[in-house]
Amino acid sequence: MKAAAKYLILLLGAVIFAYPFLWMIAGSLKPELEISKLSLWSDHFSIRNFFTVISKVPVGRAFLNSLLVSLSVTVFVVLFGSMVGYALARLKFFGQKMLYVLILFTMMIPFQITLIPQYVMMVKLGLTDTYLSLIAPSMMSGLSILLFRQFFMSIPQSLIDAARLDGCSDAGILFRIIYPLAKPVIITVSILTFMTSWNDVLWPLIVVRDRSLMTMPQLVTIFVTGGEAESQLGLLLAAATLLALPVIIAYAFFQRYFIQSMASSGIKG
Amino acid sequence: MIRKFLHKFRASDRNSYWFISPYVIFFLAFTAYPLIFSFILMFHRWNIVSPMEWVGLKNFERLVLDSLFLKSLGNTVMFLLIHIPLQIVVALGFALLLHSRVRFRGLFRALYFLPVVVSGVVVTILWQQLYSYDYGVLNSVLSSLGLPRMPWLVDASFAMPSIALMATWKNVGIYIILFLVGLQDIPSELYEAAAIDGASRSKQFFRITLPMLNPTMIVIMVLSTIGGFSLFIEPYVMTGGGPMQSTLSGMLYIYNQAFYFNHMGYAATLGFALALVILAVVVIQRKVIEKDSVA
Repeated sequence: MKAAAKYLILLLGAVIFAYPFLWMIAGSLKPELEISKLSLWSDHFSIRNFFTVISKVPVGRAFLNSLLVSLSVTVFVVLFGSMVGYALARLKFFGQKMLYVLILFTMMIPFQITLIPQYVMMVKLGLTDTYLSLIAPSMMSGLSILLFRQFFMSIPQSLIDAARLDGCSDAGILFRIIYPLAKPVIITVSILTFMTSWNDVLWPLIVVRDRSLMTMPQLVTIFVTGGEAESQLGLLLAAATLLALPVIIAYAFFQRYFIQSMASSGIKG
Repeated sequence: MIRKFLHKFRASDRNSYWFISPYVIFFLAFTAYPLIFSFILMFHRWNIVSPMEWVGLKNFERLVLDSLFLKSLGNTVMFLLIHIPLQIVVALGFALLLHSRVRFRGLFRALYFLPVVVSGVVVTILWQQLYSYDYGVLNSVLSSLGLPRMPWLVDASFAMPSIALMATWKNVGIYIILFLVGLQDIPSELYEAAAIDGASRSKQFFRITLPMLNPTMIVIMVLSTIGGFSLFIEPYVMTGGGPMQSTLSGMLYIYNQAFYFNHMGYAATLGFALALVILAVVVIQRKVIEKDSVA
């Protein structure tokens, strides 16, 4: 294929995938009447829409809620995933194969089947409208166990034997010897988990009704569907921009890791 | 027998049970118990406030005759029929371009991947504006080109395809990356040998590239099928399932039954049925593609 045509298609793709986001950000800054235009520029840019959104819904609080929930979930998934992954990869115990098969089997169960009973459980335990209800059901991930297991199996046995001779316990081996070596897989699992948790909106919609506990995507969803935006396009786009910007900024800095993480999850899945 | 087990148990590494205990507890609380409870729920009518009422097989009778559930499955099939082929063609096209010698590959890849990392809520709000009939950017571009405006989300036969188009835009970045990985794994000797035998470029593509990408195709089909059956936030925010239930997805229907009508028992039955449908479709897809690749 001619080089010019190739670059033309690639460039067209770049416009198709990136332009809508630029349009969204520009639209959130434009006066209402100019939003539907294709151009990004306006002579009357203002950040008024953002002030209106922030005054109507507790965006700052939702941002902190999302941060708290996603960070906690990520810490637990890394901690528990690496513990189980270590036991599966480097220890020998009765029921090991059974556990491995159980994890694979559990990963295949569609979430639709456990969703309603999990909600009922939260209601019966009086946990709706708590951070715990947002965090607990995501504390463990089969995929992350498998990723850790696979990485831990590649670590040379001599390293573990040496540590054991020095009197290192299994916990010591995992957290002091293996963790420093396992940075790539820890980063992969962290990014995958954090992103999934940050973007999840179905579960928060189900267990949280109290505004002060809502996560960012949930609050924006409620804002958009609940009629508070009064169908003003500028407000809708400003709310969407507030939700998108933290992720886009993080992505701009760490895009290599984001892409690698998603690629490794897809190959497993 | 018992002694054998005891022996195996004793021979186990002491700490292993501590290490796996978080998983065991989590599994019991968030998988095993909900599974059992969902099985109980399916035989009851329950609005979560008043006591559960045993109804036997009523929920299943209702399920079989439920035209809305059937409609939601049909909508999902419609979604997948557009989403999967479109996604494979677009992703493979861009992956092939990026796999050839090209400058700024990293930049292009990063831009194509951008919609993947952004929340589905953002994408949905954004596309709702792009799709708007009177003021949407897409329609103003169409009419400035002298083409008729499209009823993207307001016409029952357009709405689901429009959502499928949007979902493709959002997810195609992942599949470009997966195809790129797949392309890199094809040994270059295969192409060299084919070139010596005088095989044309198109023949090489159909005889080497495509068959070697079969595992990637399976992954893509399985992931997008599961994604399609889990479609929720897009119709929830964009259309509320309308117009005329044309974008009602299985998950949205379960959500409405559970949290709008408080039919917990029936919602659990629907969840169970949807899960069975997903598993069946995924298994059939795998069988069909694997058979193809052997032949």
